[in-house]
Amino acid sequence: MSKAIEVQQEVTIKFAGDSGDGMQLTGTLFTDNTALSGSDLATFPDFPAEIRAPQGTLAGVSGFQLHFGSREILTPGDDCDVLVAMNAAALKANLQHLAPGSAIIVNTDGFDKKNLRLAKYENGENPLESGVLDGYEVIRIPVTKLTREALIDSDLSTRDKDLCKNMFVLGFLYWRYNRSLDSTLDFLRQKLSRKLALLEANITALRAGYHYGDTVEAFTTRYEVKPAPLEKGAYRNIMGNEALVIGLITAAQKAGLPLFYGSYPITPASDILHSLAQYKHFDVRTFQAEDEIAAISSAIGASYGGNLAVTGTSGPGMALKTEAMGLALMLELPLVICNIQRGGPSTGLPTKTEQSDLLQALYGRNGESPIPVIAASSPADCFEAAFEACRIALQHMTPVILLSDGYLANGAEPWKFPKAADIPEIAVRFHEPRENGAPFLPYERDESYVRKWALPGTKGLAHRIGGLEKEAGTGNVSYDPANHEYMVKIRQAKVDKIADFIPEQELAIGPGEGELLFLGWGSTFGLIKSVAKDLLAEGVAVAHAHLRYLRPFPHNLGRLLQQYDKVIVPEINNGQLSRVIRDEFLREVIPYNKIQGVPITKAELKGFALQVLSR
Amino acid sequence: MSTTNGTTVLSAKDYATSQEVRWCPGCGDYAILKQVQSAFAGLQLGRDEVVFISGIGCSSRFPYYMETYGMHSIHGRAPAVATGLKIARPELQIWVVTGDGDGLSIGGNHLIHLLRRNVGLNVLLFNNQIYGLTKGQYSPTSEEAKVTKSTPMGSIDHPVNPLAFALGVDGTFVARAMDRDPQHLKEMILRSHAHQGTSFLEIYQNCNIFNDGAFEVFTDKERRADTTIYLEHGQPLRFGPNNEKGIRLDCFRPVVVGLENDGYSAGDLWIHDEKDVCKAHLLARFFDGPGQEGQPALPRPFGVLYAAERPTYESLLHGQLAAAVEQKGPGQLDELLAGTTTWEIR
Repeated sequence: MSKAIEVQQEVTIKFAGDSGDGMQLTGTLFTDNTALSGSDLATFPDFPAEIRAPQGTLAGVSGFQLHFGSREILTPGDDCDVLVAMNAAALKANLQHLAPGSAIIVNTDGFDKKNLRLAKYENGENPLESGVLDGYEVIRIPVTKLTREALIDSDLSTRDKDLCKNMFVLGFLYWRYNRSLDSTLDFLRQKLSRKLALLEANITALRAGYHYGDTVEAFTTRYEVKPAPLEKGAYRNIMGNEALVIGLITAAQKAGLPLFYGSYPITPASDILHSLAQYKHFDVRTFQAEDEIAAISSAIGASYGGNLAVTGTSGPGMALKTEAMGLALMLELPLVICNIQRGGPSTGLPTKTEQSDLLQALYGRNGESPIPVIAASSPADCFEAAFEACRIALQHMTPVILLSDGYLANGAEPWKFPKAADIPEIAVRFHEPRENGAPFLPYERDESYVRKWALPGTKGLAHRIGGLEKEAGTGNVSYDPANHEYMVKIRQAKVDKIADFIPEQELAIGPGEGELLFLGWGSTFGLIKSVAKDLLAEGVAVAHAHLRYLRPFPHNLGRLLQQYDKVIVPEINNGQLSRVIRDEFLREVIPYNKIQGVPITKAELKGFALQVLSR
Repeated sequence: MSTTNGTTVLSAKDYATSQEVRWCPGCGDYAILKQVQSAFAGLQLGRDEVVFISGIGCSSRFPYYMETYGMHSIHGRAPAVATGLKIARPELQIWVVTGDGDGLSIGGNHLIHLLRRNVGLNVLLFNNQIYGLTKGQYSPTSEEAKVTKSTPMGSIDHPVNPLAFALGVDGTFVARAMDRDPQHLKEMILRSHAHQGTSFLEIYQNCNIFNDGAFEVFTDKERRADTTIYLEHGQPLRFGPNNEKGIRLDCFRPVVVGLENDGYSAGDLWIHDEKDVCKAHLLARFFDGPGQEGQPALPRPFGVLYAAERPTYESLLHGQLAAAVEQKGPGQLDELLAGTTTWEIR
C-alpha cells in the first residue's frame, strides 16, 4: 500500500537505552545518514561514566540526541519530538524532556517485570498501560522478539542476536524518514569485514526493521526533512575531537613540522589520541605517556627538538600538568595544551560537560605565568581553534591553552571543510647555524618580544635553558632583582602583544549597539545564537558576541561592551567569564549560569533574557 | 681547542661552559663533571650533537656546566622530557642527569617507564643518599634509622636499591661507579655511551656537607679491597687485598670463599656474564650490610651488572611511521580534510 509522506521542517530525536544497547552508535549512524540527506544538524551524546552501568537501571541509561532540519540548526534541541526507548528506564529518564504530542518508539520487550522494577516503577505500574503516555503517539514494537525472529537462521548465540536490535530500530527509523540504508551498509561492511556472521546478522536486522515499517499497516505516514539551505560547497559530518585532530595535523603540515602528541588516556580527550595514532603517515608521533605530567613533559622535550608539540587532557589532567606549563612558558617554547573540559572539581562528572576550567587556564599556575587561551565554539570550529592555537604557539614561542569540552568533543555537525591550498602557511623562525663563534643570545627578542627557536643539533648554538629565572638575552641563570622584574614584564608583554595579531571581536548576530549583548565563549555558541536570533525576530535590539580569544582579548572588546545597555554572560559554570570581564573592563555584567553537566536549553536562556529585559 | 691537519680537536676544557660551577667545595659532583668532560674529549663528541636534560637538585645543575645543549627542567621529569626529545630527534645524543631524590622519589615513575621502553639515551644517577639542595633531609636511598632534619628519631623508610629497581623494570644496561674512582667512572661513562638503548649508571657521590662519608666503606683505602668487587665480563668474581677471595654460587646463593685457605680455585668461582639477567639480579642483591646470617659480607659490585640488546623505543616508533607511509603513502592533506564521506551543496 502507498503511505503518505509528510514534510517536516525540523525534528529532534533521542535514542535512549542501556549503556550496552549501542545507542551511541545508532545515533552516530543515523546522524551520518542525516548529514548525507542534506539537513543541517547538531547532536548531543549523553552517557554514563561506567562502561556498562547496571543493566536496566536509570543510572545506566545512555542517550544520543539529534536535532536536524531544513533550516539553520544551532543546538541539539531542548525537548524531543521523537524518543526511542529501548527499555523502561530509558523511557522514565527521558519522559520529562518530551514535547507534547511527540512520538515514542518503545521496545515493548524492555518492559517486563524486571525492567519495570529496575526502572523504579512502583507497585507493578507499567507506563505502557497506565495512561501516563496519553497524549503521545506511542509506537509499540517488540524489537527483541522481532530481531530474534529475523535472525532465526543465524548461528549466532541469542546474546549476539540481541546485540543487533539497535540495527532493527535504526532500519525502522530509516523507513520512517524515507532514507537510504547505504551509508550504514557501507559502515557495517567495513567495520565487520572479518566477522561475517555478525555482519550478515546486522544487515538482516537493519533490513528487517526497514521492511517492518513498510509492511505493518499501522504505520501510515512517513516523514521527510528537506535539505537545509547551507552555503554552497563540499561538506562532511564532523565531531569536535576529530575536527581538533585535523586542525592539529593541518597546522603541522602548514608549518612543515612533524606533529608530536603526548597524552595520557582521560575522558573525554582520549579520542584525540586514538585518532592521531591513525595518522602516522602524516608524520604524527603519538606517545601514550605513563601519566599526565610525563605527557606534557615529553611534549616539551619534543618542542625543544623542533616538533609541533601538543598534549591533551581534561580538567584533572590539567591540574597535574600545571608545573610543566610553567616550565614551557619560562623556556618560551611553543606548545599546545588541549583541555577537553568536563564536570569538576576533582574527578567530578567525567562524561558530562562543563566550562569550569576557564579560571584554571587563565590563572592556575604559580608565579606570574601568562599563557594565551583560545576556545572552540562548535564541533567543526574545533578545527579552526586548533589551527589557531598552533599558529600562535609557533609564531609567538609560547604555550597556548585550547579549551574544548565534552559537549563539543562528542557533538557533531556538518562541516564545510576547506581545501588544503586555501589554508595559509604558518611561518616558523629558527636560529641559523653559526660558524664564527660570536656570542649566541638564545633570549634575544624581536619587536613582538618573541625569541627564535634554537634547535639542538644546530651548529654553533649550544646553550642551556631551564626553569630558573634567566638573564635577558643570554638566558643564563640570574637572581638579579631588576632582571627578574624585567623578565616577568616582558613575558607578559609578549602575550599581550598577541592581540595585535588576532582579529577584532565580531558579532555572531545582531546590531552593533542596542539593549542587550550576549557575551559567550566555548560550546554555548549555538545556543546563544539561536536565542539571539529568536529575540531579534521578536524586535529586541540584541546581539551576540562569542569569544575565541580569552587571553589576550581582542583590542575592541572593551569598546564593544559599552555599546549595549546590558550584557548577559551565559556559562556552564559558576560565573567565570563574568568575573574576568568585570576585572578587566570594570563593566557590570549579568551572569547566567547552569552547572548541571548538560547544556543550557534555549527556553532557559530566552526566559532569563526576557526577565532581564522586563518583558 | 686545537687544530690538527685541519680538524678541530676538542679537549676536556672545551666541554666546560663560562658559568661558575656552584657546587659546594669538595662535592663529589666535581669529579663526575670532570670525568664526563674527559670522556667526551676522548670520544670527540660534537658539542652541538649532545643534549643534557636534568630535573631538580644539586646533580641537576649539571647541564649548566656542559658546553653542549641542555635543559634544566622540573623536578623528576627529565626522563619524560628526554623521551619526547628523543622521539623528535633520534639522532641527538641525550644524557639525563638525575639524583636519588629526583630520579627515585619524585621522578620514580618516569624512570620505570624510561627503562622499560628502552629509549636510546644515557642516565647518570648521582646517589648521595641525602637531599642536598633542600639542606639535609633523608632520601629514598638513605639507610634505615638515619637521623636527619626531617627524621630526628631516625628514618623508618626502607631504602630503594637502585640497581635492583633498574633490573626489575627490565633496564637493558645497568651499572655502578663511584666519584672516588675516576678511572673506573670514566670507563663506565664510555660504556654507557656505547650502549644502544637506555643506559643506567648509578654513581656513588659523596655529599660532604650533609652526608659526608656515606660511601667511605667502599672508598677508604684500608677497607675497599674487602668491601668492593669490580666486575669484568668473562672474568671470575674475585676481590680482597690480594685477590684472595672470590664469590661462588651455591645453587642460587652467592657465598664468599677463600682461594688460599678454603681449597677453592678460580675455576670454582662465578664467572661474570653481563648478558645473564638472572645473575645480574643476584649481583644487584649484593646490597646488605655486613653480618647477614653469620656469613661474611658480600662485597658491593661496581661495573656493568647487565648489558643486553633490545630494540630502542624510538627505532620502533620511527619504524611504524615508515611502515605507515609505505602502506598508505605520504599523508595527503586534502584527503584528511575531506574524510571518507562527503556531499556537495550546489
